[in-house]
Amino acid sequence: MANSKVSTTEQSTKEPLIGYVHSIETFGSVDGPGIRYVAFLQGCHMRCQYCHNPDTWKLNVGDQMTADEILEDAQKYRAFWGKTGGLTVSGGESLVQIDFILELFEKAKAMDISTCLDTSGQPFTREQPFFDKFERLMAVTDISLVDIKHINSAEHKKLTQYGNENILDMIQYMAAHHHDMWIRHVLVPQRTDNDKYLAELGDYIAKIPNNVVQKVEVLPYHTLGVKKYHEMKIKYRLEGIESPTPDRVANAEKLLHTKDYTGYKTWMPLPKI
Amino acid sequence: MITVDKTETPKAWKGFKGGHWQEEINIRDFIQNNFTQYNGDESFLAGPTEATKILNDKVLALKKKEREAGGVLDADTSVVSTITSHAPGYIDKDLEKIVGLQTDKPLKRAFMPFGGIRMADDALKSYGYKLDPEQDKIFTEYRKTHNQGVFDVYTPEMRKARHYKIITGLPDAYARGRIIPDLPRVAVYGIDRLMKDKANDFEHIGDGELTDEVIRLREEVSDQYRALKDMKDMAASYGYDISRPAETAQEAVQWMYFGYLAAIKTQNGAAMSVGRIDTTMDIFIQRDLDNGVIDEDQAQEIIDQFVMKLRMVRFIRTEEYNSLFSGDPIWATLSMCGFGLDGRHHVTKTAFRILKTLDNMGAAPEPNITILWGDRLPEDFKRYATQVSIDSSTIQYENDDLMRVQWGTDYYGIACCVSAQPVADGIQYFGARANLAKAILYAINGGRDEIAGDQVGPAYEPIKSEYIDYDEFMKKFDKQMDWLADTYVNSLNAIHYMHDKYYYEAAELALKDTDLNRTFATGISGLSHAADSLSAIKYGHVKVIRDERGIAVDFKADNDFPRYGNNDDRADDIAKWLVKELYTKMNTHHLYRGAKLSTSVLTITSNVVYGKNTGTTPNGRQKGEPFSPGANPAYGAEKSGALASLLSTAKLPYRYATDGISNTFGVTPNTLGHDMESRKDTLVNMLDGYMTNDGMHLNINVFNKDTLIDAQKHPENYPTLTVRVSGYCVYFADLTKEQQDDVISRTFFDKM
Repeated sequence: MANSKVSTTEQSTKEPLIGYVHSIETFGSVDGPGIRYVAFLQGCHMRCQYCHNPDTWKLNVGDQMTADEILEDAQKYRAFWGKTGGLTVSGGESLVQIDFILELFEKAKAMDISTCLDTSGQPFTREQPFFDKFERLMAVTDISLVDIKHINSAEHKKLTQYGNENILDMIQYMAAHHHDMWIRHVLVPQRTDNDKYLAELGDYIAKIPNNVVQKVEVLPYHTLGVKKYHEMKIKYRLEGIESPTPDRVANAEKLLHTKDYTGYKTWMPLPKI
Repeated sequence: MITVDKTETPKAWKGFKGGHWQEEINIRDFIQNNFTQYNGDESFLAGPTEATKILNDKVLALKKKEREAGGVLDADTSVVSTITSHAPGYIDKDLEKIVGLQTDKPLKRAFMPFGGIRMADDALKSYGYKLDPEQDKIFTEYRKTHNQGVFDVYTPEMRKARHYKIITGLPDAYARGRIIPDLPRVAVYGIDRLMKDKANDFEHIGDGELTDEVIRLREEVSDQYRALKDMKDMAASYGYDISRPAETAQEAVQWMYFGYLAAIKTQNGAAMSVGRIDTTMDIFIQRDLDNGVIDEDQAQEIIDQFVMKLRMVRFIRTEEYNSLFSGDPIWATLSMCGFGLDGRHHVTKTAFRILKTLDNMGAAPEPNITILWGDRLPEDFKRYATQVSIDSSTIQYENDDLMRVQWGTDYYGIACCVSAQPVADGIQYFGARANLAKAILYAINGGRDEIAGDQVGPAYEPIKSEYIDYDEFMKKFDKQMDWLADTYVNSLNAIHYMHDKYYYEAAELALKDTDLNRTFATGISGLSHAADSLSAIKYGHVKVIRDERGIAVDFKADNDFPRYGNNDDRADDIAKWLVKELYTKMNTHHLYRGAKLSTSVLTITSNVVYGKNTGTTPNGRQKGEPFSPGANPAYGAEKSGALASLLSTAKLPYRYATDGISNTFGVTPNTLGHDMESRKDTLVNMLDGYMTNDGMHLNINVFNKDTLIDAQKHPENYPTLTVRVSGYCVYFADLTKEQQDDVISRTFFDKM
């Protein structure tokens, strides 16, 4: 799957790109394999009803950092990463700043830092110039965490304001090119906790080719983000909806066959390029 | 040196590989020659035997009764506790594989007046007991105590520093503790051989000139010799002859326990560590297993029942003491694993067995299990240990690579909560802590106490301007630190002189070399608040708000400022500097008996009391609010996640703070990972990373804040919920309400 189109020398003569960073978490242990340094980037187009970080929606705000600055800081935590940990870029929606991530990941891989992309795929398109950048990005991404918000496009649109066709297309592209991924799905009572759709999603994941799916996770919806809506004076659309019961979580895990995806247990990042 | 006829190897040593240890008292050599590494997983472990279950139920029932009775089940009011003062006591004699109690009844607290008769009396009164008037008279009129000795020589300024709580927790009314007896000596050699050795040492003290030092040491060794004889008598009352070496695993553990029992019958030290006995126990167990003398069930039974005894150690304390160190801690610290100087790890099956006790008998705060960690420990052991942490939050981890190098030996143990001590020949003079956050306020207020308003420190001109000028402040702070260092070290000199004189630890020191290396332990509390306050003054443009007395009672920083705990050198360097600076100032002083200075950044639960007695600090911490524990960053200061916080702590220089740098880490299970396997991975990687970066100590607590809140409301539902606080472990239900609130409000790394 190595892509020889990558050229770092071309990048290095340019002005360093600026990334808009919402926050840094040095101890990400559920954001990809192992312990990871997580850069949460600013900006997202979707407006998921259950989003717990509405403060990351706005584009072009937040701390401005270069790839070198992030990597210099991230490096300090190398001793905690073991064999599988490293750097994760999350959001917001990370792909909104694809130019920046590309530079960041190319440099990271050159330093032998494992890279993980946390995305819900909304910006994905096979149109240029995005697609070329995406292909190059995949060449320097060890693993992606892909969040499928809903398997049904109409429901996806209700939930996030966007359909899911391009998101599923991104997954197919990744699979066809042997890019490893974890699939995640947030279980929200009254919104995504629906046996029919869950079964459909389970089937969809099972058919993703080339054994690229290393792990499937059901993430129970929680209400910890509600406070932020109140602080930001935005209407919260899931007022009154509680976290799913353990039974419903177990049910969703069964329908998504989460136990079948065990590749993550032995997964290792790609060697330095 | 005593020469031993090698042809006459004791029967008890059959099957052991010989070495220097046969010719001299040398447990390290015995271990290095005989221990068996174990690289496998926990699948060999056995559950509790029927006898263990019955005994454990009885102990739990007694503990319940003890709690219902207000904390003390029974207390001796007239018999002065000595090694031989009490008749044998049992839980259920026929079921006990390891026997011996501090007094004649389980959980009955002994009367220990030598530290101070007032303290002993107050402690009894706190629980509704009345001191025997005869004893009161004896220890008031005829027999001076340690406490009396200290107060006879304290200077007025020491009394002041103590009274206004800029120095708190000094061991001037109870035993100083923190001396690790080399317990394996009892098992490997038997008491007669140890007595012979001490007699030989006695013969060779000094060069014939009876100087003060020679006279003192001769008296001390005589006391040690008598203590050894008493140990034999005490063991005989339980039906055991410990004059000879132990012949079986059961005897070996029993022999070591008798050695420990002698210590806890005579000294009520804040910390009464067990030391590092895991490998020695394993050597005896392995020999019995190999010879078919016992099976794994019996091996586990011996360990379970030994640990059960450690869970039953009690001292009677005053309310004031309990508010400092809650939950009846005695720091029966049991340190294990680590590496030999030859590079071999010291993980044995018995290290697993000791961890298994938490499963077999439920979680408990004692013994204070300490794993000497290095990233080369076997993976299976690391994963089992972290699993026990996740299940019970009862383990602390310390950096073996750091300590082995610093102390120059692989045979050291943890003497209290976190301090290393060479087992054979090291002792530590324990010395409480100085309140650095308060010292900052003294610098601003010209040495006046910010709460009482009285002049305590040296009377320099206070800062009078509206905004604090950094350079002006630093000059004044330097003077206050000088005074604090002087007063603190001199107080400790007085304390340890008197402790040796009136409350000498004959039993513990009988089980150590006669020639000792001494450490003079001091400590720092409020480090994070002091560092953040200096940073605020330096970077934050701090305005002072004064009350009618002219004392600074509040502060307002105009600008944001870097805070310790974010892996930001600007703040972390200040914390480092504070540790080095206070150390350097203290180190200019004469230290009792040629001891070497050490300091610690460690508070136990006393961070609550220190905070209570300290006014608002320039970093924004409000008057009375608890300090962060140990070397932890201030609550709410951490903005970049747990690892940034850990790396800030890891920067504190161990070379100066050889007494320990404690970090208490709280995390919710879901933050560690979504399943047990990934949670274990995360903790293992976290520990490896922290220790590789020279982090010294880590307490790990894994639970949800909701659990603690519920446990506060319904303690009856959580009888064994344990939490690790700075340097020890405690039942959550045994903490004061304030301390519980403190634990609940602490930084919990939680993933949204």
